[in-house]
Amino acid sequence: MNNDWPLWEVFIRGKGGLSHRHAGSLHAADPAMALDHARDAYTRRMEGVSLWVVPSAQIVASDPAQAGPLFEPAEDKIYRHPTFYTIPDNVKHL
Amino acid sequence: MAKLPPLAQYALRLGDDALILGQRLSEWCGHAPALEIDLSLANIALDLVGQATHFLGLAGEIEAKGRDADALAFKRDVLDFSNCLLVEQPNGDFARTIARQFLFSHFQELQFGALTGSTDPRLAAIAAKAVKEVAYHARLASDWVARLGDGTDESRARMIAGLDWMWRFVDELFVLDAIETKLASQGIAVDKPALRAAWDARIDGVLAEATLSRPAPHRPVLGGREGHHSEHLGHLLSEMQFLQRAYPGATW
Repeated sequence: MNNDWPLWEVFIRGKGGLSHRHAGSLHAADPAMALDHARDAYTRRMEGVSLWVVPSAQIVASDPAQAGPLFEPAEDKIYRHPTFYTIPDNVKHL
Repeated sequence: MAKLPPLAQYALRLGDDALILGQRLSEWCGHAPALEIDLSLANIALDLVGQATHFLGLAGEIEAKGRDADALAFKRDVLDFSNCLLVEQPNGDFARTIARQFLFSHFQELQFGALTGSTDPRLAAIAAKAVKEVAYHARLASDWVARLGDGTDESRARMIAGLDWMWRFVDELFVLDAIETKLASQGIAVDKPALRAAWDARIDGVLAEATLSRPAPHRPVLGGREGHHSEHLGHLLSEMQFLQRAYPGATW
């Protein structure tokens, strides 16, 4: 019998305006405990200003075996990168 | 030990409460029921040791005899410690540790909330920093009281037993002796009896959520502030102070 608590994925917003990023995972019995554990395990060194926890079982992942058909066709389509524009000098953070 | 000035004595009490509970909690390190809980308890322990450093540092500064926070923590004998008896109680099982944290953190949060208004700016500054830390401790412990109390038959029985064990040390938290009465009248120290109603309401609210009732009244045990401790504190100190006793002045 598996006595471990369910697994949760932790996402942290580093500062206002940024998106939440995956930081790691942890075990917890319920949502409140998952948030507490995320706070204690992943934000000890001022890593963030906001936390999300998601049950790992709810993550739908792509199949690694399908990586070829899924991702390789994009490799030779360099024209999809918006790198051919001239950026005006006074536009920052792009 | 010579009598400290009243303000130094007060800072020492605040520091000793935090120091001894921090040391107790750190005993869980590597032994908690889950890795995540290990981290939670260690975080709380570190917060408390940090608070102790500030309060003991202030006590040494007021005493002005060259003792810093380390000297007060590691080179004082058990009879000179002035922490309340609640914080020195052994960890027991996880539920008993949570019971102790629950009762103490709610008291500490109310106490530090009031202390931010102290007429002594040094005490007010330490309290302002610590009250946020302690608010989290109180919430975490409350969540666990509710979870264990309203959990399985086993967790419920352990939570009830834990609260029952710790309950006799509650009244001491709210005692205002002659030293603190004088300091409170000057707006320096916290009028602790005035916090009791708010504390009762918080505790009862969480117990209701946990579907638990208050433990039966116990005869209160007092004396920690005057240095009359349980046998447990000496054992705790022998471990905490070992290095400085065996190798005085050792640093690394």
